[in-house]
Amino acid sequence: MDPTDRSDPAPSHPSAPSADPDRRRFLTRISIGLSTLVAAVMGIPVVGFLVSPLIRKAPRVWRAVGPVDRFKLGETVNVSFEDASPLPWAGVTARSAAWLRRDSEIQFTAFSVHCTHLGCPVRWFGEAELFLCPCHGGVYNADGSVAAGPPPHPLPQYPVQVRNGQVEILTSRIPIA
Amino acid sequence: MIKRFFAWLDDRSGLLTATQHALEHPVPPRTGWWYVFGSATLLAFVLQVVTGIALATAYVPSSGQAYDSLKFISEQALLGRFLRGMHYFGASAMVLLIGIHVSRTYLMAAYKFPRELNWLSGAVLLLLTLALAFTGQLLRWDQNAVWSVIVGAAQAGRMPIVGRDMARFILAGDTIGGATLSRFFAFHVFFIPALVFVLIGLHLALVLRHGISERPKAGEPVDPATYRAKYAALLRREGVPFWPDAAWRDVVFGACVVATVVFLAVIVGPPDLGRPPDPSILQADPRPDWYLLWYFAVLALVPAHLENVIIILGPLLFGAILILLPIFNQGERSVRRRPWAGLLVVFIWTTIVSFWYAAQRADWSPDFTAQPLSASVIRSSDPTVVEGARLFHEKGCEFCHAIEGSGGQRGPDLSQVASRMSQLQIEGRITNGGPNMPPYARSLTPEEMRTIATFLATRR
Repeated sequence: MDPTDRSDPAPSHPSAPSADPDRRRFLTRISIGLSTLVAAVMGIPVVGFLVSPLIRKAPRVWRAVGPVDRFKLGETVNVSFEDASPLPWAGVTARSAAWLRRDSEIQFTAFSVHCTHLGCPVRWFGEAELFLCPCHGGVYNADGSVAAGPPPHPLPQYPVQVRNGQVEILTSRIPIA
Repeated sequence: MIKRFFAWLDDRSGLLTATQHALEHPVPPRTGWWYVFGSATLLAFVLQVVTGIALATAYVPSSGQAYDSLKFISEQALLGRFLRGMHYFGASAMVLLIGIHVSRTYLMAAYKFPRELNWLSGAVLLLLTLALAFTGQLLRWDQNAVWSVIVGAAQAGRMPIVGRDMARFILAGDTIGGATLSRFFAFHVFFIPALVFVLIGLHLALVLRHGISERPKAGEPVDPATYRAKYAALLRREGVPFWPDAAWRDVVFGACVVATVVFLAVIVGPPDLGRPPDPSILQADPRPDWYLLWYFAVLALVPAHLENVIIILGPLLFGAILILLPIFNQGERSVRRRPWAGLLVVFIWTTIVSFWYAAQRADWSPDFTAQPLSASVIRSSDPTVVEGARLFHEKGCEFCHAIEGSGGQRGPDLSQVASRMSQLQIEGRITNGGPNMPPYARSLTPEEMRTIATFLATRR
């Protein structure tokens, strides 16, 4: 450990054999090529992993939301159900919701809870028979058509069926784009 | 012994000499307090890293457990609430300070030759800071965060062709779920900070390479052919070492920033956690944190036909302006010779503050908390009028219309509606609706409509 020793161990220019221009060009190319290969080997799986949600086909399943008798004719109520294939650690985020209305003895309509403006949760106000959005003031009529505000489209509907006395809703993606 | 150790360390690493060179590099004289915002932004970032690492030791980045771990940090962990407050107000400071730093740099035209890359690296840092702020808000992972993710995805979904894929990328699937939070955690804690570290390194290296810009003077335009020689001559003639002649201001201002953050963390505390992140709970009122609240107002107030343009082209245009600005890298730097630059900065800040104020009021949103009208407001014992006031509240009219200060601001104030409309006209408006008002013909009986109109006819 001699702090006074400041001699430079590295020569200023490397000499033969790499001084040969062809050899040096070859070494440069093979080094860059190998580095690119290494970067690709590391990078491609990472990118593939990150974009996997775009490739993965989400399943759709029917989820029971309650016995038919639970729903009164003409009434619109909030129902919740589990997503199609929730991850084990999803917890409460695996839940979805819909506004369900009983139109007749066997017919139901299920509206998305997402405002078509920017996806905020719309609320049903039975007295006014309107869906209202708290974010930017979107208003929908009882049939889901736009009544006022910025929503560009009516409220989407989920497929509904009655099976074995249970009302079932087909899980769907959040209606974006 | 210690001296010999540092001499050895410097001989082998060169670190001490390099640090000394960086600290004592000459800077122009009389830079003043306008130059402290960059270093203060850096300090705020360091604060975020330090407090963020501490919080990450207890935060569980799992969709199902993050909320509970945050409750633990806020309510049980020693100093947890304080650290959350520091992290929140540190983020606020960083956003505010980088905004002021960019404004100062633009006003003094410090982006001109030879500091174009300083500007570009700073511009990317500005965008990354906003990305950190947004993803940080989502890591709070309460009800507001979950709906904010959906709103963010819905905006991305407006993009032509790739919109749906972008939305799925943000959600990490078709719905909110187990993968959503982990993704934002990785971006907030690893990916974006790594980019910020690299760009801060580049930014500082460029500051050392080109020197701190001198205070601009009217009539002394930047000429790339002569600028470097003039700048070097200025430093030789009047330059002072950065440390401590200029740095003391950075230290004093930085200390004030940290003191303010600590004060707010103690007195105000971190934002409260809302309801759990359960997408099936619909009693939600999603709002971004204050630094993006102005954009929330833009989305509410912009005309519908311009909305996609704003959502899609707005950010692209903003990014393009930031990137292309250094093309104009010559000429006058003083704002006295660039008055439009001063006006532009004032315009941008005024616009942001105005939209922020509008978002605070959110007049466009129905007031779901509106209470039934009191007897002192109704001012009548006529049973029909009283019943009309009751229906006015019950049927949701009051969500959007205020009467004597009670009710929403979305629609016109009806405190004196009878002085501009007859009862018949009022009934017609309720039946048929109007601009931005739904028709109530199907949801009210003729009797209910007449009763409400009778009540409104007393408001003059």
